Amino acid sequence: MAEMTLRDAITQGLREAIQNDPKVFIMGEDIGAYGGPYAVTKGFLDEFGPDKIRDTPISESAIVGAGVGAAMGGERPVVELMTINFSLLAADQIINHAAKMHYMSAGQYQVPLIIRTVTGGGAGLGATHSQSFEGFYASIPGLRVVFPSTPADALGLLRTCFQEPNPILFCEHALLYGARGEVPEDDFQIPLGKARVARAGDAITVVSYGRMAHIALNAAKQLAENGIEAEVIDLRTLSPLDLETVVASVQKTHKCLVLEEAWKTGGFGAYLAQSVQEATFDELDGPVIHIGGKDVPSPYAKNLEDLAIPNEQLVLDVLREQCGL
Amino acid sequence: MINKEQLIGLYYQIALIRLMEERSGEMYMRGKIRGFLHLYIGEEAIAVGTIAATEPQDYIITHYRDHGHAIARGIPSNTIMAELYGKASGCSGGRGGSMHLFDSSRNFAGGHAIVGGQLPIALGLAIAAQKSGKNGVVLCYFGDGVLNQGEFHESMNLASVWKLPILFVLENNLYGMGSHIERVHSGGKDAYKIADYYRIPSSQVDGMDVLKVKEATEKAINSIRAGKGPFFMEALTWRFQGHSVADPQSYRTREENIPWLPKDPLTSFRAYLLDSAQATAEELDTVDQQVQTEVDEAVRFAEESPYPENDTLLEAIYSSQE
Repeated sequence: MAEMTLRDAITQGLREAIQNDPKVFIMGEDIGAYGGPYAVTKGFLDEFGPDKIRDTPISESAIVGAGVGAAMGGERPVVELMTINFSLLAADQIINHAAKMHYMSAGQYQVPLIIRTVTGGGAGLGATHSQSFEGFYASIPGLRVVFPSTPADALGLLRTCFQEPNPILFCEHALLYGARGEVPEDDFQIPLGKARVARAGDAITVVSYGRMAHIALNAAKQLAENGIEAEVIDLRTLSPLDLETVVASVQKTHKCLVLEEAWKTGGFGAYLAQSVQEATFDELDGPVIHIGGKDVPSPYAKNLEDLAIPNEQLVLDVLREQCGL
Repeated sequence: MINKEQLIGLYYQIALIRLMEERSGEMYMRGKIRGFLHLYIGEEAIAVGTIAATEPQDYIITHYRDHGHAIARGIPSNTIMAELYGKASGCSGGRGGSMHLFDSSRNFAGGHAIVGGQLPIALGLAIAAQKSGKNGVVLCYFGDGVLNQGEFHESMNLASVWKLPILFVLENNLYGMGSHIERVHSGGKDAYKIADYYRIPSSQVDGMDVLKVKEATEKAINSIRAGKGPFFMEALTWRFQGHSVADPQSYRTREENIPWLPKDPLTSFRAYLLDSAQATAEELDTVDQQVQTEVDEAVRFAEESPYPENDTLLEAIYSSQE
């Protein structure tokens, strides 16, 4: 085992892929000479050269489309979208093109494209730079959505993504780049569509992903001080969704809390809560609870932003209430 | 120098596109074809003339008015007609329809139905073509409506910055759906000059004349294969029918058609071949008869082919092949 940050894990995964597969190259805004807006590709330009590390203009649609075309042509491109907020400028290429090419061509064209992007709020970047659209993209047939919360998951999932024949949105939470964790030193991989039970328990199931998986875990640790064990499930991938692991857990705990950072209205968490309810209704002790972000454009002031994003205390309070404390 | 066999071949393709389009329009009116149907009648010389100058390793990517390019690239007319019918034997398995024809075996990377959406994809195909080392070129087709899309600017810029092997083919039929270019585009006539800003070499060609189109394309492709980066070609043309079969053309007058009628790419090329004594009427009639037989066969094939099985609905959303 080696300890590393989530940023280091992704850097390692990208480096390995470029070294092992001549078809892999990366395109993105300021990934080369600047060193990457979040320093994930720092040093890559010197290491691999400008054919592999392609600095692009600020043209999200063109660079995602270039990724789609290169993938159709048999390459294995990685596109870095500086943040998921900017993915809206490339939404035509992601949704109308990348996600549909294989189906519309009856399987003649594959799009093995990895779109890495930074998502989430909490850094005081205001309303246009703090959003969480991964759940929306997970609703698009033809796309895969991956969202690791630990360095080990990040590396294991990224390795798998480089074997995948489908377009993938690979989400990295801005506040998790510095998160540290143990990472196995062998060439392990983590399959898509397999959730991780981050903490075992029998009192209630908390389902989450990304930064909220950490919030859930911390709240569960505090709950344990009352002698009550919550089971925390980190989905790791939103598409494919591992509903099986979630349902098996709820059948054991009979209670479920779905936790996400995205706006509560009309989102992935609501779909997940509904799916759990449908599958486990007769075994539930009460309604599936859904905590999401406040339905508000993310405010700049720290006190207000803190109120808009679910936090550990809020989750702990709900867990206590649900467990009769 | 173009030989007689090649000339007859060009005539055959133009005639085949024309009759396929006429028959498709008829089948649309009879309810055999669903959705939108955008006919290429009047513009045939562009697809035929450009694709005649390509090699098998080159890519074709185009817009939703894509039947002509598909035929010119050699996709069998029966699988095209079957696709319009939504049949399993269609070139996109009945999953694409008129606007989304594909044939990966011929590097035909699609008809694309979001205006301008194919341009960014052409960038990536060009990267793949470069990396393959086969000196392939991407032919990327679009209409004048694309000039006003952001993806046009993004793609022209990046193609030039990266010196990508792309031939941008502007099929300027003067109308983006029902809007005349002069009402919605600030650049005025000679739209090809827009390429100057991006430092992309360009040309303008009579898009109704298949031989001129072919010659201009050869020059453009030679420049690209010589490593000089992308090229921009504007082909002036005229859509003889509405935007789609459902379009009554209330936005333009019959008089606007008149100057274009003598330029009809089928009748004018036929007249050229006869006048210059490069083919006899009997020879061309024989081609017309072949085309008639082929289109009859395409319709029969489409009629008789089965629809996709219901249990295939969810197949191919994702690929399972690594």
